[in-house]
Amino acid sequence: MSEPITPDDIDPEATGTLPLDQWHRDRGARMVEFAGYWMPIQYDGIMAEHLWTRESAGLFDVSHMGQLIVSGPDAAAELEKLLPGDIAGLKPGRMRYSLLLDEAGGILDDLMVTARDDGSYYLVVNGATKWDDIAHLRDLLPDEITLNHMEDQALLALQGPKAVEALEHLAPGVASLVFMTAGAFEIDGVPVWISRSGYTGEDGCEISLPADAADRLASLIAGQSGVKPIGLGARDSLRLEAGLPLYGHDLDPETNPAMAGLGFAIPKRRREEGGFPGADTIVAQLRGGAPRKRVGLILSGRQPAREGADVYAGGERVGALTSGGFSPSLQVPIAMAYVSAEHAAPGTTLQIDVRGRMLDATVAPMPFTPHRYVREGKPA
Amino acid sequence: MTYYYTKDHEWISVNSTIEDTVATVGITDYAQAQLGDVVFVEVPPAGAVLEKGKEAAVVESVKAASDVYAPVSGTVIEGNAALEADPSLVNTAPDSDGWFFKLTLSDTSELDGLMDEAGYKAFVETL
Repeated sequence: MSEPITPDDIDPEATGTLPLDQWHRDRGARMVEFAGYWMPIQYDGIMAEHLWTRESAGLFDVSHMGQLIVSGPDAAAELEKLLPGDIAGLKPGRMRYSLLLDEAGGILDDLMVTARDDGSYYLVVNGATKWDDIAHLRDLLPDEITLNHMEDQALLALQGPKAVEALEHLAPGVASLVFMTAGAFEIDGVPVWISRSGYTGEDGCEISLPADAADRLASLIAGQSGVKPIGLGARDSLRLEAGLPLYGHDLDPETNPAMAGLGFAIPKRRREEGGFPGADTIVAQLRGGAPRKRVGLILSGRQPAREGADVYAGGERVGALTSGGFSPSLQVPIAMAYVSAEHAAPGTTLQIDVRGRMLDATVAPMPFTPHRYVREGKPA
Repeated sequence: MTYYYTKDHEWISVNSTIEDTVATVGITDYAQAQLGDVVFVEVPPAGAVLEKGKEAAVVESVKAASDVYAPVSGTVIEGNAALEADPSLVNTAPDSDGWFFKLTLSDTSELDGLMDEAGYKAFVETL
């Protein structure tokens, strides 16, 4: 049997450890190398952890992600030259999903941007791209703009229907946040920054906290009723069910926001004014249609198809899978793919080449499982 | 019944009759624990001729696909049809109901290079 990557396959010299490394090991996590760090892939098993998060509350360590502060004169205007979002219109404590674009409008990373009270912006970027993002931002932002990498902060995500209730016990007031808002709180006397957001499709929060208190606070949160630590394996299956793209798989410089179905991240003002990288191409494709599109696929049968598998319509290759796995909630194989626009409509029947066998699949609307974000105090 | 094990974490139980040497092949408890939740297994059909070290079956977990290689050469008598309906048998009963396929061995000397239970146990402890 060929095995998944084991610790023996990786040079430990090259792999960093994060603040909660020992915390995960003490709880029986299987650790794997991811984005240059040892990360917990699973505790009890991906299926059980996935379903636990959908029904209760899962605590994820996402400390590998980059936490940046952008500050200085006209920081919003300068960020808008690199991102297509409405940064200037963000009120303090409000956050948006946005994209770092190259000159042609290709996607360099996806990220969260939050406006803070002091006029600065808090960015959370992907772990695998953070060093490139920092170099890109530093290169293109003017010298007057300060870029701080908060390397001494850990990041936790508490996700699931019981997440906010559990966190409210430790950080009173958190329950008053609604989806995509954030603020400063305290947990056991430690200052933390909490946003009502995440990447699982569930209600929940992300918590930025000092690395030197990470162990203690993670134990406090994990000790709340309904909370269990969850590995990255289930995080991936959760975000796939939620129809959320993963950078490096579903998004890369060969894709742009129009192809990726991320037009919601480019509001009307930015479409009209332009002024972001690749604006002409992206706006034209948002209006007239992109040549290929990110779609969801539900496969017939039980065999999952994986990233890289070719997608066919009849005998013609029309695209490839960028993510694929088995949906623990739906108990069917699901996938994301880029396919040419004429094959992207929901209901279209396509075939996926899995090791020479053609599996039937149907283009399906995403998310595969409904989002449960809490907007303005009411479940979505 | 004699059990043999490979470094790729397959087990082979061998039953010799006057006519044939018949083996049942599955993956070990260690292997199923590494894979996690098994959601799909593709087993070879009866009549398939397997060559030692070549792909024989596919096992898919929530996260990843893995090949299962033939630990010995031979001709498949039966693939385990029960795995189609319930792939999780690989997790719950890897050593018994979760077997993958049965085959007649074409070269019994191939068994000589395999580990016995004690040898496999010692091998797993080094991992």
